[in-house]
Amino acid sequence: MAALLELANISKRFGGVVVADGISLMVERGAAVGIVGPNGAGKTTLFGVISGDVRPDGGSVVFDGARINRLDPGARCRLGIGRTYQVPKPFERMNVFENVLIAAQQGGRQRGASSHGRAIASLERCGLAERANRNAGSLGLLDRKRLELARALATGPRLLLLDEVAGGLTEPEVRDLVAVVRSIRDEGTAVIWIEHVVRALLDAVERLLCLSGGTFIADGEPRQVLESAAVREVYLGTDELAIEGIA
Amino acid sequence: MTWLNAILQGILLGGFYALFATGLSLLFGVMGIINLAHGDFAVIAGYVAVVLVPSTHLPMVWGFLVVVPIFALGGYILQRTLFQAALSRGDPLTILLVTFGLSVITENALLQAFTANGQSLDIGGLIADSINPNNVISISDVSLAVLIVAVVLLAALQLMLSRTSTGRQIRAVADDREAAELVGINHRHVFGIAAAIALATVALAGLASGMITEFAPTTGTSNLLFAFEAVVIGGIGSLWGTLVGGIVLGVAQQIGAQINPAYQILAGHVVFLAVLAFRSRGLFAVREAA
Repeated sequence: MAALLELANISKRFGGVVVADGISLMVERGAAVGIVGPNGAGKTTLFGVISGDVRPDGGSVVFDGARINRLDPGARCRLGIGRTYQVPKPFERMNVFENVLIAAQQGGRQRGASSHGRAIASLERCGLAERANRNAGSLGLLDRKRLELARALATGPRLLLLDEVAGGLTEPEVRDLVAVVRSIRDEGTAVIWIEHVVRALLDAVERLLCLSGGTFIADGEPRQVLESAAVREVYLGTDELAIEGIA
Repeated sequence: MTWLNAILQGILLGGFYALFATGLSLLFGVMGIINLAHGDFAVIAGYVAVVLVPSTHLPMVWGFLVVVPIFALGGYILQRTLFQAALSRGDPLTILLVTFGLSVITENALLQAFTANGQSLDIGGLIADSINPNNVISISDVSLAVLIVAVVLLAALQLMLSRTSTGRQIRAVADDREAAELVGINHRHVFGIAAAIALATVALAGLASGMITEFAPTTGTSNLLFAFEAVVIGGIGSLWGTLVGGIVLGVAQQIGAQINPAYQILAGHVVFLAVLAFRSRGLFAVREAA
């Protein structure tokens, strides 16, 4: 069977800044992949290319055997690509339940009772069930991140793109989050997770890539990647990769 | 008693303004389009009725059965083609200029086709029917019907927006287009639906204006001003605010006219300016979430 996601030779520049320089990536069904890299390495742009927010200058995006380069983000979501944003974007004038319901109905193509069921299940998984009637605009950061995840889950993704969902959370909160991501992966959903909180990644992924200067400089077993010379050099002189996990 | 009558007439007029302003409010609230051709669209509705309704042998009062579906379909197509192309440029000025151009083209095309003479929609003796509780107060049946249509329409729209899946999608794209795509919504299609609804309400307003008064190729622009005032007085983005805004404007105009007939329009503008000065977000401004 072909890979679930196949990026081939993706390139993208904003003005003079190259953010993707011939990136290729294969992700198998059900895989859990982490991506690290310094700020400005092009991580979020890479997600944009996969989810459809960013049109690459060159290269191809193939999902489940079909080339999806020209599809809108909405169409890609309906195909099974779910995404969270680094800065959560809830529909602030709707309540929490409606936020997730609309994802189940549109992205997940559920109708009636089954859409309600899926919305409630997604909220429960992310620990938001008690806040279902709250106005989304009134949520704090942790709950906004949870809602972002619940909404992506409700679309019924086969590939889930997580963009720094652990950033700004406390340690117990990160642990809860990692547990949710692991359970998602265990159900067969492939996950690609961009994260600065490397500790969280190590508990949830079996493969780690490091993106720097618009290209992958390392790819493999997480701990080996973190210890590799190329990755060490990129992070030299910064505390960003304060990896308590491997200390 | 003459003052009471002025207020009642103002409320009736306000119903018409609200009906007229609904589409303007919707296009701005959902897509951020300031439609300068809004008034001209209403005038087109009148001419479409003049041309098409007689051939259907329907009485003119039922003309909306013909005109509204045409406008709804036209609204969807207009949004998916011209408006979407203008919005995709990303510069808010582009869409404003496009609607301004549409307004100029419409007025001149109508002048060519129908001359500058005013017309009205002939609804026979109905126009003279009224409710007269005493010899001062006189409530025209047609105006009352327009007010009722406006209230029912706004209530139905409000219900649709808050309860249905389509309504939820419209609120989602209005709130955040990018996030709406993220949950699988095709925002262009939803924009099309919103434009279809907006144009359907413009058609109703155009027919109402043709029944109550006269219309001519150039009346669209002055009506547009009243619609803007109603939307701003009520508060942008609030449907009920639009109704209240229309009524406030209508009552102000009628009271002004009661003082001196020359003050009718002026009184409306004064109230509009007062709202801008003291409650610049309108009487029913939708509160931004923190």
